[in-house]
Amino acid sequence: MEVCPFEGITMEGGQVEFTDACRLCRVCIKACPTGAIWLEQSDAGPILERDKYKDVLIFAEQRQGRIQPVTYELIGKGLELARCLGQEVIVFLAGRDLKAQAHELLLYGVSRVYLYEHKALEHFRIEPYTSLIVDLVNDTLPNILLMGATPVGRSLAPRVAARLRTGLTADCTSLSVKENGDLVQTRPAFGGDVMAQIITPRHRPQMATVRHKVMASAPRLAEPKGEVKECAVDESKLKSGIAVLKFEPYQITTSISDAEIVVAGGRGVGRPEGLKLLEQLAVEVGGALGVTRPLVEQGWADYTMQIGMSGRTIRPRLYIGCGISGAIQHVAGMRGAEAIFAINSDPNAPIFDIAHYGLVGDMYEIVPHLIAMIREGDDPNGVFQLS
Amino acid sequence: MHFVVCIKQVPEGTEVEIDEEKGILKREGVESKLNVYDTYALEAAVALKEEFGGSVTVISMGPPQAEAVIRESYMLGADEGYLLSDRVFAGADTLATSYTLASAIRQLSDADIIFCGMQTTDGDTAQVGPGIAELLGLPHASYVKRLCTLEADAIILETDMGDGIESLKIELPCLLTVTNEINQPRLPSFRLKQGTKNRPVTIWDHQALVGAKQGYFGLDGSPTQVERIFPPPKSQEQVIWQGTPFELSQRMCAKLRELKYI
Repeated sequence: MEVCPFEGITMEGGQVEFTDACRLCRVCIKACPTGAIWLEQSDAGPILERDKYKDVLIFAEQRQGRIQPVTYELIGKGLELARCLGQEVIVFLAGRDLKAQAHELLLYGVSRVYLYEHKALEHFRIEPYTSLIVDLVNDTLPNILLMGATPVGRSLAPRVAARLRTGLTADCTSLSVKENGDLVQTRPAFGGDVMAQIITPRHRPQMATVRHKVMASAPRLAEPKGEVKECAVDESKLKSGIAVLKFEPYQITTSISDAEIVVAGGRGVGRPEGLKLLEQLAVEVGGALGVTRPLVEQGWADYTMQIGMSGRTIRPRLYIGCGISGAIQHVAGMRGAEAIFAINSDPNAPIFDIAHYGLVGDMYEIVPHLIAMIREGDDPNGVFQLS
Repeated sequence: MHFVVCIKQVPEGTEVEIDEEKGILKREGVESKLNVYDTYALEAAVALKEEFGGSVTVISMGPPQAEAVIRESYMLGADEGYLLSDRVFAGADTLATSYTLASAIRQLSDADIIFCGMQTTDGDTAQVGPGIAELLGLPHASYVKRLCTLEADAIILETDMGDGIESLKIELPCLLTVTNEINQPRLPSFRLKQGTKNRPVTIWDHQALVGAKQGYFGLDGSPTQVERIFPPPKSQEQVIWQGTPFELSQRMCAKLRELKYI
């Protein structure tokens, strides 16, 4: 009963009962010393012929003709996975006038770029993109299919997975392969309290999305490798119920994903004025302000400022977290920071498990001093005047 | 027009207790609530109903206690609610969830626009909405941040593409997943709470979903499997400072200087 993370097992009158809280996570089955718990599962679907599927297919995302940087990160991870299995990395690229971009992709070590060019593919539209990728999957039978967890990837991947009836794991923080070709996908799960390893043992391709800045980019080679295969686009695949009327790019890209220094506030901020204080600190250190999910849900901050699984992933040089407990949901989006400072009044807060420098105290008492000290610069007398 | 909104009951908080000895995490006293992004989806549907007429149906898949979120949506303006509840549905991943919800929406047969929140706050995958659209063969748009014009057979809207705003015209019927920028959800109405006290919530089990394949539900219909769960890894080099706020600020300021951040 204690091993269940969801309180899904109860004992009544000496009888063990599984309640509706049971999430079928199977932790209890592994923990049971006598093997008394098991799960009846029908053998739905045919047995998988693993040998039929090989190579890692990458969806190369382009926006206004520019290959999105997450693509190179997916190629980096894809090459690593393919190497483990003695396989190759192949790429899907669709759009208009993309020959130069396709050849550029060859400089990152991929074996083949399947290029689909048509004026109707210039803008991302869900139905044609889904149809073309599904066709390529059926022709090439890849073992793994990776996409960026961008707005486009997060819209496209579930449709492709549903049409192929295969497994898809969102926002993986780590990917590795077993000898038999099974992809081990790790991501925060069940609301972000735990990490889960997820596999897709009976379906192919094994699909996963990965956010920008989570994996390391593939190095650019001096000489291209592989080939570009120009694919004919079947007009019947271009049918769509969607017309793109216009696209207006955001003018300023002060995205927290790009900031070198990030000051972040969490639930411990307690009141909206606290964010003003943190904003001042952010200004002093020349950084951007970010928040955790509860603050967005409170309506105190826009979700574009949200750091974590359901927000942005950041990899700044410096991260200062204030009043942040350190739920995985948030940590997954910032653990790549080079230096992590955390201010929290609860010495047992999990943020201190991952912080490099932890300050146990009230941010409302610490941050004003900090702002003053940074402002005073090298003049130590200025600092002491405060107290 | 008939607007259908897919909603989910999610855990309230993410506070957990870690059992270091056994290496497991335990949720304490989990409260449940309506997924916050679904409140924006529901508001979008109710606002369209108020302006153009029609009805709003909410659908949720979950255990019997998820009836609470259907009741809550009645207080927010929904007219009818269906709860898909069956042990057979348990253990569903995003594909099996999409399949179950899509089967129910197909059964309703006349949805013009299906609204979903852009993601849930417990799974964060954003996969179920697009999955439903695929299984119903409908066009969809994710991250819709503004509805502009509703026509008889299409809707014009704006989506947040991360790098800019895209204006789209989508044929009906279609599915839209919405962000929290799309509107300001109303508060539950006391009058509606009283008025809908006796309104039924229809419970559908797998047998109610005519023509659906049982092997596609729940755990059996889920290609992904959770192999192992574990607490998050800790990072290596760490210092914890204690002291007065002033001392702490001094130490941090000195360290930031030493590391050349300021």
